[in-house]
Amino acid sequence: MDKGLSLQDVTIMKEGVALLSVSHDIASDEVLTIMGPSGVGKSTLLAFVTGTLAADFTATGRVFLDGHDITNAPPHLRRVGILFQDDLLFPHLSVGANLAFGLLSGGTAAARQDKVEEALREVGLEGFADRDPATLSGGQKARIALMRMLLSEPCALLLDEPFSRLDATLRAQVREMVFDRAKARGLPVLMVTHDAEDALAAGGVIIELGS
Amino acid sequence: MKRSNALPLLPIITLLAMLGPVIAGLVGTVLPAFGHLPATGLTGPTLAPFRDLFDWAGLPRAVLLSISTGLIATSLSLAIVMLVTAGWSGTRPFRTLERLLSPLLSVPHAAAAFGLAFLIAPSGWGSRLFSPVLTGWDRPPDLLIVQDTWGLTLTLGLIVKEVPFLLLITLAALGQTDAKRSVTIAQALGYGRVTGWLKTVFPRVYAQIRPPIYVVLVYSMSVVDAAVILGPNTPPSLSVQIVKWMSDPDLAMRLEGAAGALLQLGLVVGALALWRFGEVVAAHLGRKWIATGARGSCDPIVANLALVAGAGSALIVLLGIVVLAIWSFAGFWVFPDAFPDSFTLRNWTRFGPGTLDALYETALIAVTAALIALILTIGCLEAEYRYGLLFSQRAVWLLYLPLLIPQTAFLPGLQTLMLNIGADVGRVPVIIAHLVFVLPYVFLSLADPFRAWDGRMGVIASALGASPNGVLWRARLPMLLRPVLTALAVGLAVSVGQYLPTLLIGGGRVATLTTEAVALASGGDRRAIGVYGLMQTGAALVPFTLALLIPTLVWRNRRGVLHG
Repeated sequence: MDKGLSLQDVTIMKEGVALLSVSHDIASDEVLTIMGPSGVGKSTLLAFVTGTLAADFTATGRVFLDGHDITNAPPHLRRVGILFQDDLLFPHLSVGANLAFGLLSGGTAAARQDKVEEALREVGLEGFADRDPATLSGGQKARIALMRMLLSEPCALLLDEPFSRLDATLRAQVREMVFDRAKARGLPVLMVTHDAEDALAAGGVIIELGS
Repeated sequence: MKRSNALPLLPIITLLAMLGPVIAGLVGTVLPAFGHLPATGLTGPTLAPFRDLFDWAGLPRAVLLSISTGLIATSLSLAIVMLVTAGWSGTRPFRTLERLLSPLLSVPHAAAAFGLAFLIAPSGWGSRLFSPVLTGWDRPPDLLIVQDTWGLTLTLGLIVKEVPFLLLITLAALGQTDAKRSVTIAQALGYGRVTGWLKTVFPRVYAQIRPPIYVVLVYSMSVVDAAVILGPNTPPSLSVQIVKWMSDPDLAMRLEGAAGALLQLGLVVGALALWRFGEVVAAHLGRKWIATGARGSCDPIVANLALVAGAGSALIVLLGIVVLAIWSFAGFWVFPDAFPDSFTLRNWTRFGPGTLDALYETALIAVTAALIALILTIGCLEAEYRYGLLFSQRAVWLLYLPLLIPQTAFLPGLQTLMLNIGADVGRVPVIIAHLVFVLPYVFLSLADPFRAWDGRMGVIASALGASPNGVLWRARLPMLLRPVLTALAVGLAVSVGQYLPTLLIGGGRVATLTTEAVALASGGDRRAIGVYGLMQTGAALVPFTLALLIPTLVWRNRRGVLHG
């Protein structure tokens, strides 16, 4: 398969004991949802895909992104975007600088500035560039985190319980925004969650793990 | 690429920088202790140095002083801190005490010792404040309070300086124990606050603060600068006598000094073993006490006594600094006036230029040593993070090792070794010697905040395309600005306070504020001591103030960094 994220016989182990195994191709506009209770190794699977597996875990299998084997690539060269349940905006950078952190390097300062402004406009936060992220509401932070990730032009999107900290009304709104943006850019999405509603809303294949 | 290749080496370099001089120094102590000192044409092995040592009439008293000050100072400061924490943690008085004690931690031992001497000496501020109205004294009474034969004033001086240290260590340990809920449960079962805490939280806290307690014990047994100022003279404590032998123009005296250094090491090892045995006994008695179900009827009295002792020790250091300041500005001041006739800048114009030279030397050494320590520490922690190294509890003891070997046991040896190989004494060796003591404190100060940094921030940053160095420089270090600067300030304060490494390794040619201040002790010019003591305190305190202020200014519009 050419486009998309492909997990081939991936097995995550802790101290030699297998936690989970997945083998699945995620096409470029599909969502794969992995469901299961906490402690089953869902987030660890994402760490394997981003290349940030903790020392006490091991994994076998291969990960392909758009046809390239990224299993052993350094994390920062993988082009895999990720969102966590917390916004994790860099607290020492302004909203604009957070977005610029994601923006691929290159281009004039003015052109980069324009792209940041455009990203803010896209999520209805014009004029927020100089704001301290700590002064933003939860929904605003979630939108900035999403745009920061998209500005780095990833080729796949990973979601680690991304909506579980948001309240009910905000949750549906942010979820829709994330999935829409991913679809519009043709990104394969791998989501782990323990929330059935999120899994249904994703509208793709659901793999349920352990219980 | 060059940098990423150097990173894995940093933990090894750090270990070498910390332990290399200690091991070399111990070797340099053992050889002359058995009569081997080629520089003087003597070759061993012989037991003569030990025979000379045991022939010294002052030895029994000197040994006893080392043991008694060490054990008493350590157990009393530990008791004060444990009982204050048991009785008051989480309350308003406790927070006040905590705020009072944190800055006192950086006050150098020598300055605190001078302050105490100026307070409680027969002609000290305490006696002046109450004379002649209450005491009837119009001349200073003929009492041997400071430098008393039994080292009680020295012990008091050590206690008031160790209480802030142990309290801050305890607070850090409390964060990792579920103390609050344990005490709540114990209280619900009818236990008093103090008893409930001692029976449920103390064992967990003690297990965590054990290494720093051992450090306090070793330090109190072998301290030199505070002992020169507050300790007895005839005979002095063993460590002071070792330094005297080592500074003797007759090089042959170094053999006796080296034998004394080995004896000091043996005493410390023995005391640590005794303390360990005491822990076992205390644990056994503690379990029995828990089994009795005693609820603690004297808790309020114990808690109040502990608070008085804790506040008292803070007050002594604070008032000591105040009296140093008064003396530094004092004009004519006769006994028993409570205050000088006039305040003047004359002392500062007289001693100021001298202190500025010493300040320059102090700052040069401290900044170099602290920066090297900070770079090595960040390198070690980053290597640990990048390569997923996991340090065991045993590795932590390696960090404490240079602090668990008495300075008087290996620094004389290091000096002798340098003499033997013909290495020059001076500033660079002093910096290397300071690094041995600065590194562990900088590492211990930065390790927890560095490791507690949310690793997901690093995942996000690298997912956004930041290289490992980019993650470190653009995300992690800026976010950790305050702990990084605090660690630097800790390193500076440790270096500023060093006396023995500067004196011995500098060969008497490197004059810092601390060596100059301690050298004034025998002269007794209180105005000069006031000026030097205040400068020394300032040199240690100002970096801490900056470490608090700079991040607040830099991140004034980024609330999430400091309160995230």
